[in-house]
Amino acid sequence: MKYLPLLWRNLMRRKARTLFTFLSVAVAFFLFGLLMAVKNGFEAGIEIAGQDRLLTIHKVSIIQLLPLRYLEQIRAVPGVAAATHSTWFGGVYQDPKNFFPQIAVEPEELLDLYPEYIVPSEQRQRWVATRTGAIVGRKLAERFGWQVGDRIPIQPTFWRPQDGDGDTYEFDLVGLYEGATPDVDETQLFFHHDYLMERVGDMGQVGWYVVSVADPERADEVAQAIDGLFANSPAETKTTTEKAFMQGFAQQVGNTGALLMAIVAVVFFVILLIAGNTMAQAVRERTAEVGVLKTLGFTGPTVLGLVLGESLLLVGGAAGLGLILIWLAVPGLRPLVETFLPVFYVPARSLALGASLAVALGLASGGLPAWLAMRLEIVEALRRR
Amino acid sequence: MSEALARVEAVHKVYRRGAETVDVLNGLDLEVATGEFLALMGPSGSGKTTLLNLLGGLDRPTSGRVVVGGQDLGRASGRELARWRARHVGFVFQFYNLLPVLTAERNVELPLLLTRLKRSERRRRARTALEIVGLADRASHYPSQLSGGQEQRVGIARAIVNDPTVILADEPTGDLDRATGGEILDLLVALNERHGKTVVMVTHDPLAADRATRVLHLDKGVLAEASE
Ligand SMILES: Nc1ncnc2c1ncn2[C@@H]1O[C@H](COP(=O)(O)OP(=O)(O)OP(=O)(O)O)[C@@H](O)[C@H]1O
Ligand SMILES: [Mg+2]
Repeated sequence: MKYLPLLWRNLMRRKARTLFTFLSVAVAFFLFGLLMAVKNGFEAGIEIAGQDRLLTIHKVSIIQLLPLRYLEQIRAVPGVAAATHSTWFGGVYQDPKNFFPQIAVEPEELLDLYPEYIVPSEQRQRWVATRTGAIVGRKLAERFGWQVGDRIPIQPTFWRPQDGDGDTYEFDLVGLYEGATPDVDETQLFFHHDYLMERVGDMGQVGWYVVSVADPERADEVAQAIDGLFANSPAETKTTTEKAFMQGFAQQVGNTGALLMAIVAVVFFVILLIAGNTMAQAVRERTAEVGVLKTLGFTGPTVLGLVLGESLLLVGGAAGLGLILIWLAVPGLRPLVETFLPVFYVPARSLALGASLAVALGLASGGLPAWLAMRLEIVEALRRR
Repeated sequence: MSEALARVEAVHKVYRRGAETVDVLNGLDLEVATGEFLALMGPSGSGKTTLLNLLGGLDRPTSGRVVVGGQDLGRASGRELARWRARHVGFVFQFYNLLPVLTAERNVELPLLLTRLKRSERRRRARTALEIVGLADRASHYPSQLSGGQEQRVGIARAIVNDPTVILADEPTGDLDRATGGEILDLLVALNERHGKTVVMVTHDPLAADRATRVLHLDKGVLAEASE
C-alpha cells in the first residue's frame, strides 16, 4: 500500500502513453463483456433446457406439423411423466420487424411442464378460463409497453382465420410470466391452442410435442420408444432432449460461441502486446532509477513487485472500468438486441472470468520487464545513464 | 586513530567485456577509520567508482576481501547486501539520481519505505533530514523545480534519512559550480564533524579534497597517500 503513490506517479509519468494503453485495455474488456453477454444469450436456451424434457418434432423438419392424436399415444409410453403440444404461430404485431415468438399451447399443461415460467396464480386461473387469453414474458411486455388487460392484435402469416370474423387475432393479455432465472426467455407470447383451432377450423394438427420423463437417466430409451411408435407412418417423428435440440440449433447458427471466443482471444493478444510494450518501455527508460532503488536497499523481488504492481494497476484499473461500463450499458443495449437475443446480460461468472483475465494480463504484460528489472545489476544500471 | 570501519584487503577487480578483460583494481588495500572524511582522487578510469561500489556493497570483488562494519560483503547474499545497504550506507551521486516523479520529501522518504516505520514517522524523519540540509521549505517541490545544488541537498537528505554509519559520495560536486559545490562540501563536513558520519568521497577537485581529513590517490589499481 505504501508503494501505491510511487506506482501511481510512475504511471502518470507518460500520461499520453498510459492513457492510450488504459483506454485500449478498457475497450477490450468492454468488448469482452459484450461478447460474453452475446455468447450467454445464444447459449441461454441450451443451459436452461431441462435434460428431463424431450422434444418430439416431425422427422423432416420442425416446420412440418404432427397429428394431434399422437398426444395420447405419447402419454401412454412407459417412462413418460407428462406431455403437451405447442404450435408456432409466426404472426406479425404491427410491423414484421417487431418479431417475437407466439406459441399456441395448452395453458395448464405448459405451465406444469415449464416450472421456470412463473405466473401469479390468479393470472394463471384467468388465463385458463379465457379462450382468447394470452400471457407474455415480462421483457416482451416492457418492450411494447403492454399491461395486463390490453388487447393485442396480431396478423397471422399462415394461420388465416376461416371463420369470417376478420383476419386479425385479438389476444386478451391476462398475465405476465417471469423467468425463475435470468436465463429464461421472457420474450414469448403463449395463447390457447383451442382458440387457434376455433379460428382456423380444427385441423387436428400441432407443431411439436414436449414430453417430460419420469427418470432423466432413461430419456434416450423413452425417446426411441416414442419415435418407434410412429415409424413407417406418414408423419414420422424425431425425439431428442431439449438440450440436444437447442445445441443442434446453436450449431446451425454457426458455432457462434467458438467464433466469439476466437475474437476475444485475438483482442486479448493485441492488448497483451500493447500493455507489454508500454511496460517494457516504462521500465527501460527507468533503468537508472531501478539501479538507484536497489542502491537504497530495495531487493530484486521488491523491484519485481513494484513493476508487476504497476502493470496490475494499469491493466486492472482499465479492465475494471471496461467491465463496469459494459455492465452499466447492457440494460440500455437490451432493447436493440432483444429480437434475436431474448436473454441479454453479462453473467456474474463472465465478470469473474474477466477479473481473472485482467490479473493474468497484468502479470503477463509486466512479467518480462519485471523480471529484467529484478535481475538488473546495480553497477550496470547506474553506468547506463 | 579509532578502529577501522571498513577494511579492503588484496582486492582485485577484473571486468570482462567479451574476450577483453580490464584489470581495474590490482590487489588494493585500504582501511577506512570510523569517523574520518576520506577523499579518493585519481585520473578518470582509474577505478574510483569501482572501489566506492565495492565499499557500498553494490558490487563484489573478483578476489580479496571487503569487510565493512564487521560484514564480509563478498560473502553476503544479494538479499543480505540489500538489507545491509538500507541500514548502514547512504549514497550520494554526481547526478543526484532523484526520482523525477516524486517530490523532494517523497524522494527522501524512499529508503524508509523499506522499514516498518509508520507513515507519519516516515514523513517526520524525511522532514528532519530536509531541515538538516536546509531545504525544509522545498519539501513539496519536484526535482525539475529545484536547482542542481538543491537537488544534491535532497540527494544528501535521502542518504542520511536512515541514519547510516557511512556516507559514500561519488563526485558529489562534479556537476555544480564552485560556490554551490562549496555549500555541498560544507554540508558533508558538518555531517562528518557534527553527526559523526564516516564519509568517503570521490572527487577530481583538489579544493574539494582539501576539505577531507585524509586524501588517497588511486592509480594503476593501487592507492597512494597524497604527497604533501
Ligand atoms: N561494468 C563494467 N564493465 C566493463 N568495464 C567496466 C565496468 N565498470 C567499469 N569498467 C571499467 O573500469 C574502469 C574503471 O571504471 P570506474 O568507473 O571505476 O572509473 P572512475 O575512476 O570512476 O572514472 P571516472 O573518474 O571517469 O568516473 C574503466 O576503464 C571502465 O571502463
Ligand atoms: Mg567514476
